[in-house]
Amino acid sequence: MDLQTLTYITVGASFLLYFAIAIASRVSSTSEFYVAGKHIHPVVNGMATAADWMSAASFISMAGLIAFLGYEGGMYLMGWTGGYVLLAMLLAPYLRKFGKFTVPDFIGDRYGSTFARVVAVICLIFISFTYVAGQMRGVGIVFSRFLEVPIDTGLIIGMFVVFVYAVLGGMKGITYTQVAQYCILVFAYTVPAAFLALQFTGNPLPQIALGSHMLDGSGYLLQTLNQVLLDLGFTSYTDPFNDKSMIDVLAITVALMVGTAGLPHVIVRFFTVPKVRDARRSAGWALVFIALLYTTAPAVGALARMNLVNTVNGSGFGTAYQNMPNWFATWENSGLLAWFDHNRDGKVQYAAGNATDGKPQFDGDNRGRHGERVVLNPGKGEISTGALFANEIYVDRDIMVLANPEIANLPDWVIALIAAGGIAAALSTAAGLLLVISSSISHDLLKKTFVPSISEKQELLSGRLAAAAAICVAGYLGMHPPAFVAQVVAFAFGLAASSLFPAIFLGIFSKRINHYGAIAGMLTGLVFTLTYIVYFKGVFIEPVAENIPANWLFGISPEGIGSIGMLLNFLVALLISRFTPAPAEHIQQMVENIRVPKLGIK
Amino acid sequence: MNENEPTDFARQYWHANLKLIALCLFIWAFVSFGCGILLVEFLNQFKLGGYPLGFWFAQQGSIYSFILLIFYYSFQIHRLERQFGVEEE
Repeated sequence: MDLQTLTYITVGASFLLYFAIAIASRVSSTSEFYVAGKHIHPVVNGMATAADWMSAASFISMAGLIAFLGYEGGMYLMGWTGGYVLLAMLLAPYLRKFGKFTVPDFIGDRYGSTFARVVAVICLIFISFTYVAGQMRGVGIVFSRFLEVPIDTGLIIGMFVVFVYAVLGGMKGITYTQVAQYCILVFAYTVPAAFLALQFTGNPLPQIALGSHMLDGSGYLLQTLNQVLLDLGFTSYTDPFNDKSMIDVLAITVALMVGTAGLPHVIVRFFTVPKVRDARRSAGWALVFIALLYTTAPAVGALARMNLVNTVNGSGFGTAYQNMPNWFATWENSGLLAWFDHNRDGKVQYAAGNATDGKPQFDGDNRGRHGERVVLNPGKGEISTGALFANEIYVDRDIMVLANPEIANLPDWVIALIAAGGIAAALSTAAGLLLVISSSISHDLLKKTFVPSISEKQELLSGRLAAAAAICVAGYLGMHPPAFVAQVVAFAFGLAASSLFPAIFLGIFSKRINHYGAIAGMLTGLVFTLTYIVYFKGVFIEPVAENIPANWLFGISPEGIGSIGMLLNFLVALLISRFTPAPAEHIQQMVENIRVPKLGIK
Repeated sequence: MNENEPTDFARQYWHANLKLIALCLFIWAFVSFGCGILLVEFLNQFKLGGYPLGFWFAQQGSIYSFILLIFYYSFQIHRLERQFGVEEE
């Protein structure tokens, strides 16, 4: 059976499984639609949270980022896991005790203000749509590469699948589908990693292999990798701060951690467990399941980099284009890989430096002397200090995980599995995001703000309609990515860190904080972070200043600025609350109440 | 006593909880921001197998520590709940 048929069967089977789960978990009440009736076992919820959390970015992009950043990749690893400690101790158990349906629900009730609720809804919708557009795009990319259908067709199939189980099953359907998706994605991620680890070090456990000796006797894997990279003119893999400064790594890590804890689609998962105690344990289990992938990713990154160097440079001076393995041409066709023969020796060489001037532009499908795609924008072809030749290939970071099994010559079923895993990662996150968008519309905007008179049945129907509409908008964004989609991804975390997290945290840990403080704080954090990102990255407008460290505030990049936005939010919220009246008596009592697990205690 | 004041037990529970959280978050910050970022160059002098120690904290160790911290906290806070009689039924 050829690879493509196998991939169709694997992906098709995974879709059938999702449909079966959707039909088995249809819902009939708003409580089931929003929070799965609060009946989810903490370990099951942990698994669903892990799938909810690990998106196309975690599955497809993260190992590639680590492969090229080396040490600095650690900021994503720490940033995207450390937030669960904050969730378990500072937010999840108290929000579970509060016991309502959505994040804006808490903000609206705690601050006794409809305006605060609406501000929270706006933050939530902005964060979630930014995120979901990226997921839909991820589905499209996997489809187009592995099933060889146009990106838009892939996207529509993805939209249809999410539509079926999110609209029908609400949170309940999504939860059980996410459990299935977690199993698929973690299996798809760890199996090729184990194969690779075994090939290079003889140890199948990636976490151990990364710290082990190479099988070829060249010493420790990381040491060898450092040496290989230095010989090609790159900086060392394990040495810190050669890509980013210490202050920037610190700021980005803080923004990602706090941002994770403030993401509505993650927080709302802890509303679904039966008890306060379960919310804490569930956060622990979620992190265990996430760590399975996150501790594997650094090994995948390092091995992928090594693998790339070995395959391309061969015994040291490059490989003739005709002799490159099949995957090279396949990825070249997708435009994510390009070769320009700077030294005209007909061999492909990989070293430090830019092979092309920015992203490669191809001369349609025209072929050059050796059968390669013609590149219209070659770089200068300079040889970096320490290297023997100029870099001749452009490699998109996103292909590292997807191409790895092919580069390592793994069996076809492993490659088919990667396709199903990538789609599972994107769909599970998209569904979680769509659900928080639809519940904030039907519950917070309709039921709690504009049309309080609607019945439960009407609210459920509007939730379903909102989910359907959100899927269409998400699909549209994925199909016509506005030029800024890639640029606004940093928003989601910075925004969650600087707007929602402080408002929720202070609402639980301070009885003195009032709606004046909370609203002013959220708006300050939001506006500051947005302005800083737009200033350097230019969304809708041209960037005002060049995005380089010399221009940054305290040397912090737009990616990490959410951490400063968060501090400003705290500062403003505390100051303003100090000079305005304390919250009403019943609100202070509510805070006392959510602090202890026992029911009805004052 | 004012009827709107929390019971003594609830208040003591909350103080004990805050202390426990402070301890856990100190360790949380120490392994990640401390060992993984601020002290990374110093720790890289030491090796854990083939891993430079600071690099290990940034890409492996901090994640393992986070997991242990959450389960430690869950276990300890549950003890406090029982001790102060504020456990949920």
